[in-house]
Amino acid sequence: MCLQQKMIHSLFLINCSGDIFLEKHWKSVVSQSVCDYFFEAQERAADVENVPPVISTPHHYLISIYRDKIFFVSVIQTEVPPLFVIEFLHRVADTFQDYFGECSETAIKDNVVIVYELLEEMLDNGFPLATESNILKELIKPPTILRSVVNSITGSSNVGDTLPTGQLSNIPWRRAGVKYTNNEAYFDVIEEIDAIIDKSGSTVFAEIQGVIDACIKLSGMPDLSLSFMNPRLLDDVSFHPCIRFKRWESERVLSFIPPDGNFRLISYRVSSQNLVAIPVYVKHAIGFKDNSSSGRFDVTIGPKQNMGKTVEGVLMTVHMPKAVLNVNLTATQGNHTFDPVTKVLTWDVGKIAPQKLPSLKGVVNLQSGAPKPEENPNLNVQFKIQQLAISGLKVNRLDMYGEKYKPFKGVKYITKAGKFQVRT
Amino acid sequence: MSDSKYFTTTKKGEIFELKAELNSDKKEKKKEAVKKVIASMTVGKDVSALFPDVVNCMQTDNLELKKLVYLYLMNYAKSQPDMAIMAVNTFVKDCEDPNPLIRALAVRTMGCIRVDKITEYLCEPLRKCLKDEDPYVRKTAAVCVAKLHDINAQLVEDQGFLDTLKDLISDSNPMVVANAVAALSEIAESHPSSNLLDLNPQSINKLLTALNECTEWGQIFILDCLANYMPKDDREAQSICERVTPRLSHANSAVVLSAVKVLMKFMEMLSKDLDYYGTLLKKLAPPLVTLLSAEPELQYVALRNINLIVQKRPEILKHEMKVFFVKYNDPIYVKLEKLDIMIRLASQANIAQVLAELKEYATEVDVDFVRKAVRAIGRCAIKVEQSAERCVSTLLDLIQTKVNYVVQEAIVVIKDIFRKYPNKYESVIATLCENLDSLDEPEARAAMIWIVGEYAERIDNADELLESFLEGFHDESTQVQLQLLTAIVKLFLKKPTETQELVQQVLSLATQDSDNPDLRDRGYIYWRLLSTDPVAAKEVVLAEKPLISEETDLIEPTLLDELICYIGTLASVYHKPPTAFVEGSRGIVHKSLPPRTGSSESAESPDVAPAGAPQAEQPAVIPTQGDLLGDLLNLDLGPPVSGPPVATSSVQMGAVDLLGGGLDSLMGDEAEGMGGPSFAAPSAVMPSNLGAPLGGGLGDLFDLAGGVGTLSGSYVAPKTVWLPAVKAKGLEISGTFSRQVGSISMDLVLSNKALQVMSDFAIQFNRNSFGLAPAAPLQVHAPLAPNQSVEISLPLNTVGSVMKMDPLNNLQVAVKNNIDVFYFSTLYPLHILFVEDGKMERQMFLATWKDIPNENEAQFQIKDCPLGADAVSSKLQGSNIFTIAKRNVEGQDMLYQSLKLTNGIWVLAELRIQPGSNNFTLSLKCRAPEVAQHVFQAYETILKN
Repeated sequence: MCLQQKMIHSLFLINCSGDIFLEKHWKSVVSQSVCDYFFEAQERAADVENVPPVISTPHHYLISIYRDKIFFVSVIQTEVPPLFVIEFLHRVADTFQDYFGECSETAIKDNVVIVYELLEEMLDNGFPLATESNILKELIKPPTILRSVVNSITGSSNVGDTLPTGQLSNIPWRRAGVKYTNNEAYFDVIEEIDAIIDKSGSTVFAEIQGVIDACIKLSGMPDLSLSFMNPRLLDDVSFHPCIRFKRWESERVLSFIPPDGNFRLISYRVSSQNLVAIPVYVKHAIGFKDNSSSGRFDVTIGPKQNMGKTVEGVLMTVHMPKAVLNVNLTATQGNHTFDPVTKVLTWDVGKIAPQKLPSLKGVVNLQSGAPKPEENPNLNVQFKIQQLAISGLKVNRLDMYGEKYKPFKGVKYITKAGKFQVRT
Repeated sequence: MSDSKYFTTTKKGEIFELKAELNSDKKEKKKEAVKKVIASMTVGKDVSALFPDVVNCMQTDNLELKKLVYLYLMNYAKSQPDMAIMAVNTFVKDCEDPNPLIRALAVRTMGCIRVDKITEYLCEPLRKCLKDEDPYVRKTAAVCVAKLHDINAQLVEDQGFLDTLKDLISDSNPMVVANAVAALSEIAESHPSSNLLDLNPQSINKLLTALNECTEWGQIFILDCLANYMPKDDREAQSICERVTPRLSHANSAVVLSAVKVLMKFMEMLSKDLDYYGTLLKKLAPPLVTLLSAEPELQYVALRNINLIVQKRPEILKHEMKVFFVKYNDPIYVKLEKLDIMIRLASQANIAQVLAELKEYATEVDVDFVRKAVRAIGRCAIKVEQSAERCVSTLLDLIQTKVNYVVQEAIVVIKDIFRKYPNKYESVIATLCENLDSLDEPEARAAMIWIVGEYAERIDNADELLESFLEGFHDESTQVQLQLLTAIVKLFLKKPTETQELVQQVLSLATQDSDNPDLRDRGYIYWRLLSTDPVAAKEVVLAEKPLISEETDLIEPTLLDELICYIGTLASVYHKPPTAFVEGSRGIVHKSLPPRTGSSESAESPDVAPAGAPQAEQPAVIPTQGDLLGDLLNLDLGPPVSGPPVATSSVQMGAVDLLGGGLDSLMGDEAEGMGGPSFAAPSAVMPSNLGAPLGGGLGDLFDLAGGVGTLSGSYVAPKTVWLPAVKAKGLEISGTFSRQVGSISMDLVLSNKALQVMSDFAIQFNRNSFGLAPAAPLQVHAPLAPNQSVEISLPLNTVGSVMKMDPLNNLQVAVKNNIDVFYFSTLYPLHILFVEDGKMERQMFLATWKDIPNENEAQFQIKDCPLGADAVSSKLQGSNIFTIAKRNVEGQDMLYQSLKLTNGIWVLAELRIQPGSNNFTLSLKCRAPEVAQHVFQAYETILKN
């Protein structure tokens, strides 16, 4: 009979210099040599971000993700849903982040035993077992300096010895017996604008990726309802499993018993059809002359419809053509740097004052003898606007049922640039 | 206090040190030692030597220590089966522990210990756990059944675990239901025929209820299981769709895609007139678009699936073109996929936007992407007629950039545009010709040459241009050579007076100086055409070409329908059905979309596969006369007796005749010349050996060769009578199988023992285990007179349909002649399927040998074979069984060998030769153990003959 394996057979963690620094096998041991196929693909891809996520080898499939400078490479033997695997791998990375504060090679190596226990707890025979942070934390306690000192004195362990309460209830995301002295519920409405602006300044494509992240520290079993002033904006939404879908369908109210702690309540998309307001504009004149070893660079950035709010945290990055040797630019505001190796120009503008628009001007020098670059560089812009959800989404009220105390409540709005690109 | 300290032990005596610590009296020290062991394991160090010491730590109250020991056990139990038995008692005890966490942990770990000896001890504890009062234990036990089934399927069936598992589908706890479904699906995958997941409206209802309540992963299992269900009518399909749609808003993209699969499949059953159908279409777009804002890896998989979805139902995403616009910092694999989908969605309505984007992409930095963008412009021109002009001018702009690879791609696509819109854009030829010198890629050169040849009459210096290519004729790739040959012949036919010399030159280059058979054949055909009848030549060579189709890369509809059933799986990423690439997947049942039930629709979707349910296995018995004729013999059998000659075979005979005669007469006639200019005689020798029939004599030859390595072909058994004359109205067929340099053939002797002449022979195979099928029709050149026999070598390939036969190597054959149709079955020796590249690399061999579970190992005795190791190995090599290594262990010769079957299954062998005795022991390991018996027979046959 054939060796059947529903899902992940093995997992290898590989750093950027190609060292396998952790391996975990859920069934039989698969030799590290299987990673050679991955390394080959990596070599072909030149750039780490371009390694294809699904690679086939004579006997296995390798499905990988790249997170925080680590490749999570899983070995698959039979037909599986790759999204299942990729989602799971991201969940593993999230868990490391959650447990160790960062998902890095050092953190993983420093906590290798916990990592192993976690991986064993998260997957059984290819079936994901416990991937909710709340449940995992009951099974395996996250490391803290204090705990390891206490443990080494008292000899107690990092492993919980009772069944996690949430594991089997209909609300697996929440544990029982939560208790706080200060009960609080905070929501962050975060919107990112993805946009492509063409040479002439008109919008080729724009949409808003929004999320509502929650930080809930409430005792007992609170049942919350969150309503919006303009719920009609939300027509393409993904929900955390805690949200009662029927209630949303019928009343457009988010009704849920929240997990304890930080979690993403919903993510949503406001697409180009609904007119996405673009809060900044960029004026640019970038060009290279024929038969000349230099080019002109002149960029000005200014605020547009921003509803009276200040645009801050502005940062522009420009991937210059390969032929560029160095730049000789002056900025009216902020600092700029040019990395001659990666050819990336970074301009940290900071806050935009509408009276005096920041600009960056000067000369770009090409390598002598290099042909005139074919392409003009794209400008990548980052910015932040506090206290504004650019889509206009507004929370109306938050009600709590099921518990008697009065919680502190708060909603914060922020708009950021996502993949915001200006073509020149 | 970090764990990195566990890595710092000195290399020397490391194991020894750990051993001492593991046996320490102090609990804390023990735990630290186990942690060190685990740490070594994580970086791939072998710490299996510590097995007994670690297992000793198992009996403990400390849960963390217990877990760590279990972790270790799972990794190493397989390599230390005898030691692993020591752990059994603890497992049994832990399964009774009052703490459900410990009970579950024990049952979970038990199942991961893949040691045969242990499994039977585990049945009782498992049975208890399946009925445990705590759902956490039940859900863990459900998964354990799947694990156990993987180790010992028979045991699981005998113990009745499958029924218990089926009962768990009705469990009150949704997580238990989800896990039971997952376990059953996994088991069913290895037993495609079994009716394990017997889905009916009641069980579907339970699954749908559990769907709302279980975890995200459980939802995926349930959705994938639902996708295999066949609703009885459109109303049931609609009600399932209604209950699945909320999953489209799930945060987990795998849940979303599995839901999309269910909906795409069941939608097939809904009438398009239904309001609900339209609603559903609208609901599918947003979640698919949302997948594109996820991490790039998820985007990639989503895009591959969207590519299928837009081919099947373009209306879903027709307004969403913009989300596929490429961002400059997308990873290249995302960029290329987005581009593909942009073209599929391109229409008159959005073509302006698309073209503007594509032009933008064509100036990017990444060469692969730029090339594809340029190609995409050409595809738009072909797809959207109204845009063709704009596309051509965009391409011309790009050619002006003079960027080498852009120019080359542009020329390749312009050739296609010419073929789609003849006589429309030829004005650009001049511009193209300016760039002739910069073309260095074969495809671009070939395209340019094609253009020059096709429009030779409009290009004044066409002859000069082509001549310039001719100078380096031998350095060109075949593609360019063929194109150049054709182009010059076209030129000659259009301007015969000035180009005689040129055409002679190219014909002699192609026929005399080239050793490429394609080129030579084409050269001869042109030569003969030109010399016999220039008018006919003109009609053939300058014939009007069919317009090229709109989209050449669309997936063929039946494959597309099958792939829609595999949305979200690896198959959907590779755009191939799983049977095509999953190792050892013969068992996979082909999936098909359900038929539409609305009567008004039936005419509208002819491409939908008719049968809904998985196809029933064909009966494996040989049908009696007249039964299943259609299935076996796919020929048009009217009245079975002396029907009209079968079209295919007669055409084939004609073609062969033409070729044979043609070549001969070409040799003879060429001096005479015909009407036109006279040609010099080609002095090249004709390709002489047109494949002499491979008779049974080869077998004898190999016998003589004995131990000498015979590289030319594998052992051929003497012919035996397959179909006696009494059973076939006087036709006697005897034959054998052979394999010669990579090609399999069936060597037949047809004898006519009747009183009338036989003709119109044809042959057909029933579906069989390895997809053997005739690669060419049966060619009997002349009618077979009474008392005459003819020897025929029928080439076979292995691309036919596959059905598992019993015995595995059984082949059912139908032969037809002018008298009747006859059936017989024969067993073919497995070694005809051993391919030439069956030599596995040493490292690979070791890894694979370890990787294949021991229960797949089969042992055989080969008796009375007086050969030595070297003779054996060279004899086997002749039949593509390759010796990878030879070792001498305690006086015995061990040969490690590998072979590969045509369907990609590897078989690894260890052959033990005891000097003095003539008996060998053969151990075979293979992921598909059912072939072992036949491989052994092949060994025996080869060695003893």
